[in-house]
Amino acid sequence: MPFSPKPPMNLQPKPIGLSKAHAITLAGVKFVPDVSGALYAPDLKALIIADLHLEQGTSLARRGVSVPPFDTGITLSTLTALLRSTAVQQLYFLGDSFHDQFAVDRLGEETMSRIHAITAQFETVWIDGNHDPMCKVQLGGMRADEINLNGIVLRHEPQKRAAGQFEIAGHLHPGAGVAHRGTMVRGKCFVSDPSRIILPAFGAYTGGMSIHSKPFHGLLEHAKTRVHVLARQGIHEFPMTRTC
Amino acid sequence: MKLGLAQHSALLISPTGGGKTLAGFLATLQELAEPHDHNGIHTLYVSPLKALAVDIARNLERPVSEMELPITIETRTGDTPQSRRARIRTHPPDILITTPEQVSLMVADPHAAHLLKHLRCVIIDELHSIVTSKRGVLLSLALTRVRTHAPDVRFVGLSATVADPDSLRAWLAPSHAQPVALVTGAASVPAQVKILQSEERVPWAGHSSRYAVKDIYAAIKNHQMSLVFVNTRSQAEMLFQELWHANDDNLPIALHHGSLDVAQRRKVEAAMVDNRLRAVVATSTLDLGIDWGNVDLVVQVGAPKGSSRLLQRIGRANHRLDEASNALLVPSNRFEVLECVAAAEAVFENAQDTEYPKVMKLDVLAQHILGRATAGPFHADQLYAEVTSAFTFRRLSRALFNQVLDYVATGGYALKSYERYAKLRQQPDDQWRLSHPRLGQQYRLNIGTIVESEMLKLRLAKVRRVMGKRLVTGGFVLGQLEEWFLSQLAIGDTFLFGGEVLRFEGLDEFGALATRAPGKEPRIPSYQGGTFPLSTYLADRVRRILGDENLWKKLPAQVQEWLALQNWASVLPRQNEMLIETFPRAEKFYLVCYPFEGRLAQQTLGMLLTRRLERWGCQPLGFVASEYALVIWGLKDFSKLIADGKLSLAQLFDEDILGDDLEAWLASSNLMKRSFRNVAIIAGLIERRMPGKEKTGRQVTVNTDLIFDALRSHQPDHILLRAAWDDAADGLLDVQRLGGLLKRIKNHIVHKALERVSPLSVPVMLEIGRESIHGEAHDALLAEAANELATEANRLV
Repeated sequence: MPFSPKPPMNLQPKPIGLSKAHAITLAGVKFVPDVSGALYAPDLKALIIADLHLEQGTSLARRGVSVPPFDTGITLSTLTALLRSTAVQQLYFLGDSFHDQFAVDRLGEETMSRIHAITAQFETVWIDGNHDPMCKVQLGGMRADEINLNGIVLRHEPQKRAAGQFEIAGHLHPGAGVAHRGTMVRGKCFVSDPSRIILPAFGAYTGGMSIHSKPFHGLLEHAKTRVHVLARQGIHEFPMTRTC
Repeated sequence: MKLGLAQHSALLISPTGGGKTLAGFLATLQELAEPHDHNGIHTLYVSPLKALAVDIARNLERPVSEMELPITIETRTGDTPQSRRARIRTHPPDILITTPEQVSLMVADPHAAHLLKHLRCVIIDELHSIVTSKRGVLLSLALTRVRTHAPDVRFVGLSATVADPDSLRAWLAPSHAQPVALVTGAASVPAQVKILQSEERVPWAGHSSRYAVKDIYAAIKNHQMSLVFVNTRSQAEMLFQELWHANDDNLPIALHHGSLDVAQRRKVEAAMVDNRLRAVVATSTLDLGIDWGNVDLVVQVGAPKGSSRLLQRIGRANHRLDEASNALLVPSNRFEVLECVAAAEAVFENAQDTEYPKVMKLDVLAQHILGRATAGPFHADQLYAEVTSAFTFRRLSRALFNQVLDYVATGGYALKSYERYAKLRQQPDDQWRLSHPRLGQQYRLNIGTIVESEMLKLRLAKVRRVMGKRLVTGGFVLGQLEEWFLSQLAIGDTFLFGGEVLRFEGLDEFGALATRAPGKEPRIPSYQGGTFPLSTYLADRVRRILGDENLWKKLPAQVQEWLALQNWASVLPRQNEMLIETFPRAEKFYLVCYPFEGRLAQQTLGMLLTRRLERWGCQPLGFVASEYALVIWGLKDFSKLIADGKLSLAQLFDEDILGDDLEAWLASSNLMKRSFRNVAIIAGLIERRMPGKEKTGRQVTVNTDLIFDALRSHQPDHILLRAAWDDAADGLLDVQRLGGLLKRIKNHIVHKALERVSPLSVPVMLEIGRESIHGEAHDALLAEAANELATEANRLV
């Protein structure tokens, strides 16, 4: 059987698709998760995205791990497709938009203009992450260390807070596994409880870290936690106890 | 021996127990017995097993010191500390005993030329086993370097009996040198192979062999020392547990498999050598290696899968060549009875069905090229000539070589901006040079071709209660477990490990924790498919027995009855035919076929057939493949579709199914991703996870699935995708074998439309529901799991 390379039928790098059936309400605001990992608030016309990790490929290549340099392109294509399919006016990036603090310098001209086109069209807020403190100003939009959206704080790293506060964050790259019929299916996931939503990482090469691992300890009210696992085609919801 | 002294390379073939290891060393010892200058390694002995290397060293040192020969011997394995490696480098021994990976590391050393310039002989033990894996491919490349440094070196291969000795001779010989002499040891007396005739009913399906435990125990009791082989770790665990329950006489019975802690395994081995045990339940971990004590019975539980594998296992009995060794085959279901009969015949005829050596693994070549650069700058032309002098790459085109070189240098991506991160750079003198010495270090850490499934350490835990809080602390290491298995356990779940029932207590940063839970009912690890597929050779023999009533005499009465019943209710296919049965059952319709080509090939076939049936509007719902049969079920009546001319079986099983259907499916297949992960690690695209380094908070390694997706969409002709495709087609899908099947059954399909389930189909029908659905439908699986929860919730309302 010879190897016969063919481009895949569907060049869309990652499927996009909002799942209204899985809407999450936080502080009275309705949020709709997208299978790409973005969170859409239709009433606010706002799109929230965490951990783009642009230029992760070149960051690894510098260390001698020469993974293919296609991640930034794929990530931006998914984002563009998503923006086209929604009525977004505001765009919030929850930090770690760049994989390291020199990543902006490695962006090609074409990529730069793609980002500029986005920030020119949408009200864009770049929230600082730990990978990329203060470096987005030259790309348009504004930067912030955190921001309040209808009584909900958007920030990079989830924090232990007083009761009655609401938060949407990223940073942890939540992922979950579901064992069924002897097969373990793992995916990135949204994880939410009555006061918080943690977003999966959006970047093409980013992975997931188990929501049962230490960094998540104490952040979620387990009995009331919902886990939205991203599969290839759609989103599937599970209680915390059903996941590993 | 004469051949050895005459500077000839040779292949020594002899059944185990023939003392061939020592034979391989005779010429070396004789040459070294003369006074000589200690200025380099004279003989390199390469063994696939670390334990074997240590043992050989011990066995050699004794005669050498007794005869006061001026010979120095050292071992170098992955466990050898840096200080000793340094000593080997500064004061090379006469004989160095080592493993294939260490040979690669040695030739990647900038001082390799100095170390190897006096080398006269390379002995490769268990050659038959090495050449069928990627380790063999890597070793063959390292040996081309050895040959460059020491042009007069002779190669001695030690091998068990194989189907095709010429391929091994070609493997040993460089393309230009004299042919390798073939030395065949005396044939041993054929083994006495019996198939267990149990009073109990042989089950229709399953792999547990639980029905035969009493009989196996009785056989152990009647012998001095028995080796009980099974095919998988979970079978080993379960059988050991069952034997333990049956062990009324408190016989010393031990367990040996690859997940157990090394120290534990060594203990068992030592006890065997000292004849302190009556039986050991083992997996393939004891297939190779030294002869363990006075074994007088080998029991094979479950189907033997291949004639050579069985012969090798029987050879583990430390018999004398002039005495027949005893073996007992224990089939775990009815089809396996047929397979055991076929295998017993094959053993009697000493028929071999070993695999052909693996060749042309591009990921291994990539690793070798980086290793070559680590040793120093090189010319591409010279390296190409050297690489193609190896049997494994004799057909490598220059274009393909350049593509792999380009991959190693810059990743081989269409995007040229990656040049600045190049690992290799071409110098003004045209030589390729490592761009940073750090890359050499990276190469050394990532060397090798064995990619383990992700394993976690399992430790015995202590559970205390402090002020109402449960505190779990880890104790000593019990062994290792696959991550996929652990990830399915909830705290409190019980499972079998190391012959004990353990209770899972959770994970900590070092791995998994468990406490002992004697007396509890274990949740047995799910059976992981047959790790060895049924060999084509045995499959053919099984089909022959099935199709010829005269041969049934050899079968137990209950199996004969089963086949007679099948003949009455349906039909039994002749050796060259493939039977397809269609029948309704409980509102669904079934199509069962019997290719006897092993689970892998049949799973691939099942996937392709269901895709095709789907496209033709036949509404298939699912399929399950066993080692022997394949069943597809759906909502439409297959019998009627065929009768009405709406479904043509000849078209359904046409060879063209291996074209676009395969391509389209494989593109998104998880098998392909698994294959890509291995290739990416071997080719150095991503780094191995280092023990102890990986658990530093966030995972730093990149998920290869994501890279696979990126490459598929942006550079579908990338060299690593090609390598992954080759591996998948070769190993995981068994495409070649499937092609052979489709060719074989063309115009030989026998169809029977039945009213109900046929006797022959019962085993595979029983697998439905027991087997997980085949890998692809992750969305479907998750949806099903989520729905089940919803249904449950509705029931509660």
